[in-house]
Formats: sequence, structure tokens, C-alpha cells
Amino acid sequence: MLYISTKYQIIRKDFPFYLGKTAHGGLWVQIKNLPGHLPKESPSHVQEIMKWNGWGYSDSRFLFNKKGQAEFTGKRYRLSGMIIPGLKDWFECTFGASLQHKTPPLLNSSAVQPPTLNEAFVEELKSTGIPFSQDAEDRVFRAHGHCLHEIFALREGKFGRVPDMVVWPNCHNDVVKIVELASKHNVCLIPYGGGTSVSSALECPPEETRSIVSLDTSQMNRILWVDEKNLTAHVEAGIVGQDLERLLNESGYCTGHEPDSMEFSSLGGWVATRASGMKKNIYGNIEDLVVHIKMVTPQGVIEKSCQGPRMSTGPDIHHFIMGSEGTLGVVTEVTMKIRPMPEYQKYGSVVFPNFEQGVACLREVARQRCAPASIRLMDNEQFKFGHALKPQVSSIFTSFLDGLKKFYITKFKGFDPNRLCVATLLFEGDREKVLQHEKQVYDIAAKFGGLAAGEDNGQRGYMLTFVIAYLRDLGMDYYVIGESFETSVPWDRVLDICRNVKARIVRECKERGVQFPPLSTCRVTQTYDAGACVYFYFAFNYRGLSDPVQCQNLHAAREEILANGGSLSHHHGVGKLRKEWMRETVSNVGMGMLKSVKDYVDPNNIFGNRNLL
Amino acid sequence: MASKAVYSQRDPMLKKRDDFEDILEERRNSSDLRYALRCYAPVVYKGLCPSKAGTLKSMVLQSDQLHYVIHQVCRETGRAVDDVQEEASSILEEMAHRLQLSTVRFFAFTLSKVFKTLFRSICVNEEGIQRLQQVIQEHPVVLLPSHRSYMDFLLMSYLLYTYDLALPVIAAGMDFMGMKFVGEMLRMSGAFFIRRSFGGDKLYWAVFSEYVKTMLKNGFAPVEFFLEGTRSRTSKSLTPKLGLLNIVMDPFFKGEVFDVSLVPVSISYERILEESLYARELLGVPKPKESTSGLIKARKVLSEDYGSIHVYFGQPVSVRSLAEGRVNRCQFNLIPRHIPKKPSEDIHSFVNDSAYRLVRAQEENMVLKPWVLLASLLLQNQVSGQKRGIALDELTEQAVWLRDLSRQYGAFLHWPEHTPPSEVVSSSLSLHRGLVRISEGRVQLALDKGYAVTPEEELLSQAVIILSCASYRNQALHVFLRPALLASAIHTASSNKKQEVFNSFSFLRNMFSNEFILCPGTYCMLFTSHWCCVSTGALQVTQQEVLVTERGHRTLVFLTSMLDPFLQGYQVVCRFLCEEATEALTEKQFIPAVRKFIIKHLLAGRLRYTEVLSSDLQKNSLAALLRLGAVRKIKGYQGTLKVNTVMVNSLEDTLGKKPAVRNQQCLGSFQNISTLSVFFV
Repeated sequence: MLYISTKYQIIRKDFPFYLGKTAHGGLWVQIKNLPGHLPKESPSHVQEIMKWNGWGYSDSRFLFNKKGQAEFTGKRYRLSGMIIPGLKDWFECTFGASLQHKTPPLLNSSAVQPPTLNEAFVEELKSTGIPFSQDAEDRVFRAHGHCLHEIFALREGKFGRVPDMVVWPNCHNDVVKIVELASKHNVCLIPYGGGTSVSSALECPPEETRSIVSLDTSQMNRILWVDEKNLTAHVEAGIVGQDLERLLNESGYCTGHEPDSMEFSSLGGWVATRASGMKKNIYGNIEDLVVHIKMVTPQGVIEKSCQGPRMSTGPDIHHFIMGSEGTLGVVTEVTMKIRPMPEYQKYGSVVFPNFEQGVACLREVARQRCAPASIRLMDNEQFKFGHALKPQVSSIFTSFLDGLKKFYITKFKGFDPNRLCVATLLFEGDREKVLQHEKQVYDIAAKFGGLAAGEDNGQRGYMLTFVIAYLRDLGMDYYVIGESFETSVPWDRVLDICRNVKARIVRECKERGVQFPPLSTCRVTQTYDAGACVYFYFAFNYRGLSDPVQCQNLHAAREEILANGGSLSHHHGVGKLRKEWMRETVSNVGMGMLKSVKDYVDPNNIFGNRNLL
Repeated sequence: MASKAVYSQRDPMLKKRDDFEDILEERRNSSDLRYALRCYAPVVYKGLCPSKAGTLKSMVLQSDQLHYVIHQVCRETGRAVDDVQEEASSILEEMAHRLQLSTVRFFAFTLSKVFKTLFRSICVNEEGIQRLQQVIQEHPVVLLPSHRSYMDFLLMSYLLYTYDLALPVIAAGMDFMGMKFVGEMLRMSGAFFIRRSFGGDKLYWAVFSEYVKTMLKNGFAPVEFFLEGTRSRTSKSLTPKLGLLNIVMDPFFKGEVFDVSLVPVSISYERILEESLYARELLGVPKPKESTSGLIKARKVLSEDYGSIHVYFGQPVSVRSLAEGRVNRCQFNLIPRHIPKKPSEDIHSFVNDSAYRLVRAQEENMVLKPWVLLASLLLQNQVSGQKRGIALDELTEQAVWLRDLSRQYGAFLHWPEHTPPSEVVSSSLSLHRGLVRISEGRVQLALDKGYAVTPEEELLSQAVIILSCASYRNQALHVFLRPALLASAIHTASSNKKQEVFNSFSFLRNMFSNEFILCPGTYCMLFTSHWCCVSTGALQVTQQEVLVTERGHRTLVFLTSMLDPFLQGYQVVCRFLCEEATEALTEKQFIPAVRKFIIKHLLAGRLRYTEVLSSDLQKNSLAALLRLGAVRKIKGYQGTLKVNTVMVNSLEDTLGKKPAVRNQQCLGSFQNISTLSVFFV
């Protein structure tokens, strides 16, 4: 099965499968020999290959080795097993952090409260034969998403309210049974997909007195059928992104939905949070991709009667489901559009003299509606960050070339290294069209002073999104904490919101006694006709602070976003973290509408995660 | 938090005791030419987009906001786009500055010469300069100096040049443009010119506001303007104008900048150059004709001693902190930001409150000289009718008493610490020898008979001296104002019940809100003044009553006399409106008519305060009466005034609880107070 030849150039190795192109521009895919992601016979084993108090796979992590050099362990990613020489200096200079000061996680999972069980429910559940568990580790694993405060608490060995048990339905009918039993016995259900939430959506409401059952959809991970005539696939909602893509690829198809979390996040989760994928410019966001949804609610199953591509039948009931964040029911099966796999894929990057020019270029690209599959613009800080993640180069020739490039851009073209920024691009499609498209985009970029900066830079930019969460764990080992958040905003506000939110973060940190200026950076990650999606990262050194998590002050940052015309969320969702702003976001009447839907569908609040409303 | 930023100076423990540095000292010891030609490399705003004055213009003309308004004007008037564009361009041409370093250097040279001859020293608080330097790098800066003299803005630019700080662009009134050459010189030193009134002219407003915003947002230079709008002829702070403040805050509201720093600057002159000019203007006495003798007099101006100038750069105020919790910036989310919109209610009231706070900050940072206290005492003494003036040592004793009192009330008094009080007093008097006369060890105002022919002329020439003096007293007015309002409230209230006093206080406060800077928000003021008086032991506050202590008697007499001229002024305006206002009295005729009425009564000896001749006071009282609805303007009849006699009458009564026009001698009016104090201590 393993077939690697020098004839082929690997273009994507950061996934657990290889995506490459042949010398003739053809495309090939090769699946890595993965450990079974979710072995059927023992559903709870997922935590054996995944970290319970950090991001991602247990075998993949950043560390500073004995020589003080950063390296990334494991074999799963392009960066795996490599030395990253620039990271240490960047880390120390950016955060004023020192490798001498370590904060290793405390490892006690014993402090978990014993489960509150609803005996009658447990008895009846037993009779259905659906697997379940009351094991502390299983419960803790499903009690959190990946917000900083959640991970920070886990590392400190602090657990709040956790689910009292976990169930693993195997199919739609299992879910129907579980929801019926929960309604009958008044048990609180919290659907759990990939666990990659960053909105406190998975946190158990501390005030909940009923027994809380985490409904883990991970066993519902089959593709039930593929319809090649209509280019649709009917898939169980528990499937995670990488499996869905891998399985479809085997028959030459893809969905093209690639959120940054796609290694771990699930189809049901995407639907429940209105997810967005990196390549939405070609394939669309989740709302453009779904054709049919089946959801189990306490009132019964909701679904449409046909798969017509568009309907005028009153408000689209899919839009009650998408973004409901597990408050109405469990999405069990979804029919999605699929596409033949693209023949050709090409990365690219453009360097701009400053962020303003870069944004102007993206705006023009959006105006001409010629955005490639993905186009992202990183600010100067993030560009430097990306640069620090460059793995050790093997040949003197490469490093010489790098030096030459740098000289050309900064000296010959006069770009200020402290102001320049870089856009990363990903083109996809027919070879001919891709090359044509590429030229069109580079021509526009040139009008805004952009210089093409090679495929490698582009690719590294995308890699950053997959390893950033691992990097956060590294930071936490050394008193550095960080968080990310996003928004969407009209074009004319993009520059203002980026500047103001970044400045607000710096100011808040200063006011809260953070000693070293924080890393406060952003990128424009999606373009639309009328605006863009902006993603912010920030991180700081919290040594000497009593309550570091409070100091991150996401609240102030979000207030700043809203005051600058940004939305409450572009794709992360509201959860419990942002629900205080829901009313002003959707108006009183809007809130009433949503409430009345909830009241009808789930009058006893069986789906009691208390997200959104 | 926001209020703390502005009011931190109130806290006596945090009292500004920044060191002042005399910048003239160096000028006297080194070459002016070298100074004017030295290397000038100021720190700039970190978000600066470098642009020349010329590119600024094209940025303005190409802005979305201007485009929108141009098309709007075209739609409304049917004019061609090119035509309106042309007009916009010429408006901008008329307005724009052409800041040039060479002109600044020229001014640096000449002003050094002029300042050295006119002034003993120009003292600047260095810490303020350091703060300014810091803040210029971080955010766009708006400089808000007080405005007492033509000198102000040249002085400001001169100081910033001296300290190697970014030179400001300054909003100046069109009247400068009358002087062709001077106007152009000022333009090249950073002034831009705006018409005094352009009411409904959308296009003008659009060009103007966009021009200011563009300079601010790009960090081209600090923007400087006078909150008070014009020079105060009375040395009292004027009610702030909101237009420009609104414009400079707008980029923050709309998220176009992270923050804007407002820096109040207080410039106090020991002797104002325009001293008697202002007094004449207030009295409506024509300026002396320009002639050879005029020229000689102008030369005389240059040869006289004008003492020192103190400039205090206040704590920068962040618009962001001010607006926290007060302005919801989301209100701009649903309409494109370039479409001009009238400020909403909350923004308007926020800008208004901020303007008052800033003017208050200017007042509180204003350095007061001993002469200010002497002027207050001499004026009170003059009114009390002692024909021979006051003995020098008695004046000194009173001045020392007042010095201590004013310090208790938080005055920023610059009284030489190591000089005997008598010397301080005599040197102050000698600096103002045009206003006072000392003979046989007694001091009084220089109200000589002179060459006046008619009694009216004599009265007016005396009034010039008195109003000049009053303008110095007014410098200290803000220190005593709040306690004085309370003192007068106690005086006029029908009993000592707290509620009565409070009502009376609120009434006076309301009545005088066109006259003085009284920040919106009554109760805290009352509290503050209570606090001041109580802490100095002048008042005792029990559960129900406000009592005057024995010790407090002198203080209260002083405080009430401070406010008395104003009370009487308002009363006499009321009297005039009741007795003499005819059906056809227009706003334009009001000042001459009321002046005639007052002169008549003054000559008949029925009014105590010559000060009430001040047209400023008359205008303010009319404005107050209009605001309160006691007088109405009838539209369409050239502003004919319609008087509600009943209401005006009752206001007059409430103001004094005693007739305004009377022959009684001075201190009689304080008998009330003394009886009260006997009662209540």
C-alpha cells in the first residue's frame, strides 16, 4: 500500500494522509497507516491516543530538547520529528519567557466527583444494549472543549461539574431510544462530537441537578451511501473530518469542507455550530454543503421529505438546526454535497509591504470574485511567528536562497521587515484553470505592491493552523498562555477592527499587570462579497499574576469587536462563553423566536447544555 | 475612572507641584539665531502615515464622506458635480494650512526677541511636556489651550518647537485672514482658517470636518483648537463650543482610531496684553483710533513689563476612558460611516459633559498670581465705598488670609514662598501700576477724574479700570465659585433648612449656568462645596440645617461679595426688561439699551457695582432668561424679544430677596448673615 516514489512531490503531509501531485499535475492521495482512530469494540479508548488535558494526539507535542532546541515529536505531521531552531529565540523574545521557569501540568484525575445517576434511566438503558460508561476518565474527557480556561483548569487538576455518564449510540435508532429514555426519566443530555468546541459549549452547567449524560456520537461514523448521479453522500453525523475526507477520497470524491479542526471535529458538530471550512470559496460553508439533515429531538425526529436542491417552503427548518449548538437535539445523519477530487492543487504566497495594502488586495480579489480555494492574510507578527516555525534546513544552498530572498524583499524592494505581511493562497481545480487563476490573483496582488513569495511560504502558513494548538500546550509549560477568537466584519471595517482589537488586548494586559507586552496578532482568513472573517491570536507570559486566566480578558476583546462593527462569531459559535451578547446581537424579538422554538422542541430542557440562549 | 483622569488634580494630596521651567532663561543666554536654526526632529505618532500638506488636501477631496455630500448637494440643488467639487476644492484652499518649518523658524527667532522684551519669564511644567511627548507617540493628540490672548497660539507653537515636539495645526477664526500678510504667515506656521459661522452649509461642514479628521487620523500633527471658541474678554472660562470637539472624537466613536488623547493646556498671564482693550470692548467704548499716537502707544505696549506667563500642560485625557460605559459605539454599525449623521442624544450629552470637564481642568490648572487675590480684595474694598482706599499693611494682612483660604479651596496659587508678604504685595502692585494708585500708604484703584468732560465719560473711564481689575479677579473665580454659590444660597434662602438652602443653591446654579462653568450634574457640586466650606470650618452641617460658624463669617462675607456683582447684574437686567423693554426691542438693540439704563442708574448712585456695565454679563443674563423661558425670541422679527414680565419679576426677587436698585451702603447686606451666625453657632 505504501507507495512513495521520487516522481511524486508531496504537497500535503500535515494531514494523516498524504496528498500529492504527480509530475504531470495529476493528484494522488495516500492514506497513512493510522492507528484505528476509534476502535469499535472499546469506544472509550479514544483517550489512549489523545491527550486528556491538551490538544490532539498524545504522541505529537512540541518540546525543548536538552540542547534547548524546539522539536515536534511523533510521525503524524509534516513537522513531526523536526528541529525548529528559530522557535526558542522567538519564544523568549516575544514573551520574555525563560526555559528555566516551567509549569508542568499536575497529573491527578482522582478529584472527579462521583456520578449522580438516575437509576431508572441506567436500568432501562442497560436493556437496550447501548454501551455506556461511568468511568471518571471517560467523563472528564467529555466535560470540556478547548477554551484556554478549560485546559488551564485541567492542567491544574481542577474539575468542575462533569457528565455523570457517557453513552455511545451506534446509529440513528440508538439515539432515538436514548432521547426517549432521557425524556421519560428527565435526564439531561449533552451531545458530544469531536470535543473541539471553543465556546464553553461542552461545560456542564454547574447548576444542573439532574443526572447529566454525555451522548458521544463517535461510533456513528459511517458513510451510508454515495449518490454519484446527484453528487451527494449520506453520512452519519459522528464521523470526524479527516475520516470523512479519507473515505470519500477512496472513491475519488471529497466534500471540500476543511475547518482547521478537521482532524478531530465531527460532521454533527459542524452542523450544530454553523462551521466554516478553509476552502469555502469553492465548496461553501456548512450551510451551503448540507442537503438534508436528520435530528432527534424530545418531540421526535425532524427532517425534510425530499432532497430538492432548494425549496420555498417557509423559513428553512435547517436553519433552526444549524447553529442550535446541541440545545434542541442530536443530529444523527446528514446528506452532504460531494465533489470529484480536484485534479491539481497549488499553494502560493504573496508578500505585501504592509497590512493595509494586503487588506486592499484581498478586498479587490473579493470584488472581482476570483478568490482561490483559500486566501489568508497574516499580519506582521504572525508572519514572524510563522518564520520562527521554519524547520531546520538541510542544505547550505537552501539557506543561501532564503538569505537571498530576504535581501531582495527587504533591501531591493524596500519592504520594512517590521511592517510587511504575507498572504497565503491555495488553488484547486483543473491544472489549466488553476494556473490561469493563479496569474489573475498575482496580477491583482502586484497592483497593491505584492510580490509572489513562493509555494513553500504558503504551505507553511497553512501548517501553522494545524500546529498552533499544540504550540499552546508548549507555552503552558513555560508560563505562557494564549487564546484565539474570531469575528466577521464588513470590508470597510477590517483594518480598524484589526488595529483596535489588537491594541485593546495590549492595553488590557498592561492594565492587569502583565509584565511583558503580549503577542497580539490577527489574520484575515476568509473573504466574502460584503466582508471578511478575521481571526485573532494572543498570548502572554503570566508569571507573577495571581489569576492569569482572568487576565486574558476575552470579554474586553469581544466588546471591542462588537463596538467596531464585528459579529459575535463567524464560525466558533456562541456556547456559554458569548451568550451574554446574544440579545443585543439578534434583538429581543429574535431572542423570543429562538426561545419559543426551544420551548416547543424541548419543553423539559432535556438538551440542557444551556448554550446560546 | 474617567472623571478621575480629569479631576485627579482636585485631590490635595496629588496636588500638581510639577516643577516649572523658565524657557526664556536659556533664550537670554544663547543665540536666538542658532536656536531658530537648530535641528528639529520631534517624535511622531507611531501610526503616522507620512504625508505632505498637499497630499492631505487630495485625501480630503477624495474621501468618501466628501463624495457623498457633494452628490447630496448636487441632487438637492441641481448643480453639476464638477461645479460643487470645484467649490469644495476652493473651500479647502481657503481653509488649509501650509505648515512650513522655515516659517516656524522665522517665528522662533522673532518671538524670542519679542517675548524677551515683554515678559520676565515663560514658565512651563516640564512633567506635562514629558507626558505630552509620551502620548504623542501613542495616540493622535488634541491640544486644548485656554484662550485669553491673541498670543496664545503663537506661544503654543513656540513652546512645542522649543521642546522639540510635533508642531500642531491650529483651528483659527477667519478674522485673522483680514490681515493679509499676517494671515498667510500664520497659515505657514500651521494655522487653518474656519469661518465663524456656516450654519446650514453642508458642504463647508463636510470639507471642514473631513480635513480635521484626516489630519488627526493620519497622525499628521496634533490638532489644536480653543474649546472656548474665542478669547475670553473677562478671564472667566467661556461655555465650551462643541463642534470641533465632536469632530475630533468622531474617529474614536467610529473605530477609525484606537483612542484620542485630549490635553488641556492652561495659559495664565500675569498681565494680559489686551487688558484695557478688552475692558473697552465690554463697555462698547470704541477703540482709540489708529493714528500716530496709536502707534506710539503700541510701542508703549512693547516697552512695558508684562510679568510672567505660566503654561501648564495638563494630564492627557483619553477619549476612550471618558467614553467607557457612556457611549455605545455599536450605534454606527448599521449605516456606512461616511454618511454624515447628526450626533445622537447620548453622544451629544457625552461631548457636552466632556467639554465641561476639560474646561474645568483648564481652570484648575491655571496658575494664579498674588495679584489676582489683590484685585479681588481691592474691588471689594472699592465697592464698600472707602474713598481713601485701604492701608497697605491691612491689604497685606487680608491677602495672606485670602492666600490661605484659596489654598484650602485647592487654588493653584503661585505665591513666592520665601519672600515676605509685604514685598509680594508691593511688587504685584507695581506691576499693575496702571490700575492702582498708592498714596500715603493707602492703596486704591486708579479711578482718577482724568480729562473726562461729562459725568458719563468719567464713569466709563472708571469702568475701564474696574473691568480690567475684575478680569484679574475672575481668574480666581473658579476657585471660590462653588462655595460662593453656597454662601449666596445661604444668604438668599428664606431659612437655614438644608432643603431651603439646597433649593436656593440649585436656583442660583441654574441661573448662572451661562455665566460660569458649572458641570452638569448638580448634587455632586453641592456636595463638593459643602465639603470645602465644612472642611475649612466655615460651615457646620447638622441633620437639618446648614449653619455658619463664627469663624466662617469672614469667609462667607468674602464669598458672597464675590458673587454679588453678578447677582446685581442679573437683577438689573431683569429690572430693565420689566421697566423699559418696549414691544419692539430686538436682540440687537438689547445691549445698547440696557447699557443706557445702567449708566443712568449708576450716575444716580442707585447701583453699587460699576461692573454690571460689562456687556458679557448682560449677554449671559439674557441668555439665561431665554433659556429659562422668561424671555422669548419671536421668529421672523429680527429677533424681537418678548418679555414675560411676571416671570422676570419673580426671578429678580428670587435672586436677591431684596431690591436691586437701592441706596443702602455696602456691608448692610451682610447683616443677615451675622444674625444667622449668631443664631446657629
